[in-house]
Amino acid sequence: MSTLTSGSLQAEGIKHGSLPKWAIGATVVGAIAVTVVLFALTGFAGRADFLVVAAILSVVAIGIVSWQVEGKRKAVDRVATSGALLALVLTLLPLGFVIGYVIKEGKTRFNGSFLTHSMANVGPLASNGGVYHAIIGTLEQVLIASVISVPLGLLVAVYITEYGGNALATGVRFLIDVMTGIPSIVAGLFVLAFWIIALNQPFTGFAGALALAILELPIVVRTSEEMIRLVPSALREASYALGVPKWKTVLRIVLPTASTGITTGVMLAIARVIGETAPVLLVVGGNNFINNNPFSGAQGSLPLFIFQNALTSSTFNVQRAWAAALTLILVVVVLYVAARLLTRRNALARR
Amino acid sequence: MTSLSTTPDSASLRAGRSTQRGESVFRRLTMAAGVMVLVLLGAIAVFLIVKALPALEHDKVSFWTTQEWSPETRVFGIAALLFWTVMTSVLALVMALPVGLGVAVYITQYAPRRIATFLGYATDLLAAVPSVVYGLWGLIFLLPHLVGTQMFLSKWFGWIPLFANPNGAADQFSKSAFGAAVILGIMILPIIAAINREVLRQVDPSQKEAALALGATRWEMIRMSVLPPSRPGIISATMLALGRALGETIAVALVIANTPTISAHILTPVGATIASNIAVSFGDADSFGRSALIASGLVLFVLTLAVNLVARYVILRSGTEERSAV
Repeated sequence: MSTLTSGSLQAEGIKHGSLPKWAIGATVVGAIAVTVVLFALTGFAGRADFLVVAAILSVVAIGIVSWQVEGKRKAVDRVATSGALLALVLTLLPLGFVIGYVIKEGKTRFNGSFLTHSMANVGPLASNGGVYHAIIGTLEQVLIASVISVPLGLLVAVYITEYGGNALATGVRFLIDVMTGIPSIVAGLFVLAFWIIALNQPFTGFAGALALAILELPIVVRTSEEMIRLVPSALREASYALGVPKWKTVLRIVLPTASTGITTGVMLAIARVIGETAPVLLVVGGNNFINNNPFSGAQGSLPLFIFQNALTSSTFNVQRAWAAALTLILVVVVLYVAARLLTRRNALARR
Repeated sequence: MTSLSTTPDSASLRAGRSTQRGESVFRRLTMAAGVMVLVLLGAIAVFLIVKALPALEHDKVSFWTTQEWSPETRVFGIAALLFWTVMTSVLALVMALPVGLGVAVYITQYAPRRIATFLGYATDLLAAVPSVVYGLWGLIFLLPHLVGTQMFLSKWFGWIPLFANPNGAADQFSKSAFGAAVILGIMILPIIAAINREVLRQVDPSQKEAALALGATRWEMIRMSVLPPSRPGIISATMLALGRALGETIAVALVIANTPTISAHILTPVGATIASNIAVSFGDADSFGRSALIASGLVLFVLTLAVNLVARYVILRSGTEERSAV
């Protein structure tokens, strides 16, 4: 790109000079130097603040220098380019800080004993205890939520894609889109109002699973729908030509072809709901000991564990919160990477 | 001969009938699932309304204009909660929108293909970090690091009411609406980036090539050929991110002061959003308190529903379709 412009815009180059490559680097160094002076004068501190101020000053400086030497059009272009790069830095900065900090703080307590012990009989001033009960709770709740939402979501997706075209299907599709925007706390409140208050059920892991299923359903429908639409119509037509009825074509040809993509979608959906705290907070009850039965008695949950431990000011609680956060992030990252690896093997999504 | 021809006929007839039955059973099954979605959304609205009414009927003050939230004395209102819900979300959007759009522009228009793929994964991963982790990080790492920024803002821009710090103490800066807005901004940033990436990617490449062929610089190409056709998508992405910010619960609950008082000063320790109030007050709430919280949740539900409907309407009317499930 740069060789093309410098070659083809010779006339422009004669009217305005063009900046040599080192000039940009020099401008950035200058901007950093100004930031150092600025920070020394104002008593400002903080690495993140420094990075942000230096980056913004660099963009401004590049614009001014380029305007002087290369003219307005080139200057605006350079500012836009470096501005977009600045935006990227500003986005990746928090990611680095969040992940880095969770690992740094989490590894103090993250070990085998933390993963295999519960908080039964562990007070806020004790340094032991762990998340075993919370992991059990989260896994069971997410499993039940998926058992409910995946078959239902697949049927809805099949209805929209294969039997769609009428007003009802369009309406359902629209409402699924709207459902993706329902705040997680509202899903929790609904289960509270319907399951616990109206039907007079106790606080259980199953109630949490119901709330998570509401959040998981629209994600499953959207991704499955996309994957089903990617199945080539030639496959369907070949099946019809052999006399196979439509429903068998869907079950034997369309869904198996889309299955890799659908699995990816389900894994991403699970990664999304496994960290949901708000709905779980309202309906699972939350406890400190191991309860393997999601249908009876209050259960713990990993995100809930983090929230409750973060709210109390005991050092040990905060350490436990960080270690649990590390556990949760690891689970999410594993799900996420596995889903991406699966996408690579997916012939449909690659095209 | 005649006997031979009838047998396969009746057999295929029978087979046809059973196929038809299978077909209609399967069709009805999928339709029932579709109807379930309608019923579910309807049920959410109905049950929130029904369970909110007992509290609303016994509210001693006006629900819409009261700031205080103390259901135990039968005095509660949504005014301050609604104010701060909208305020923090809009501030978050103001901070995150230019940056998120910039990232999307960089990934789709500037970055080499391989780096673009990697950056896409990185921003998606940022969106996948659970909100409670953001909340914990915000509480323990971000809030102390924002003190300097808050002091700077109140010192130099204190003449703007938004950044004023009337009580003046430096150690005041702890939990604040500003902190909540910053953490919300960080959280919706990857959502904005991810959806806009899909939107910008769908621009017809021949339009871009035409602009470049006419001698446009890369920025001029983006301004003339990429952004205008993407406008409905960008608006919709913005609304979706706003909806997400409005309903965010745990991260806000951990970094906001949870005092429902309306104030123009975001740096002072005030503010509580509808969602954060539910998370914080739920533990101590009796059945009346729960009913009151459900009433506030109903307001949040209607608010996010409206924002999402606008987003979908913009997309529907423009005829384009963004493909991200974020």
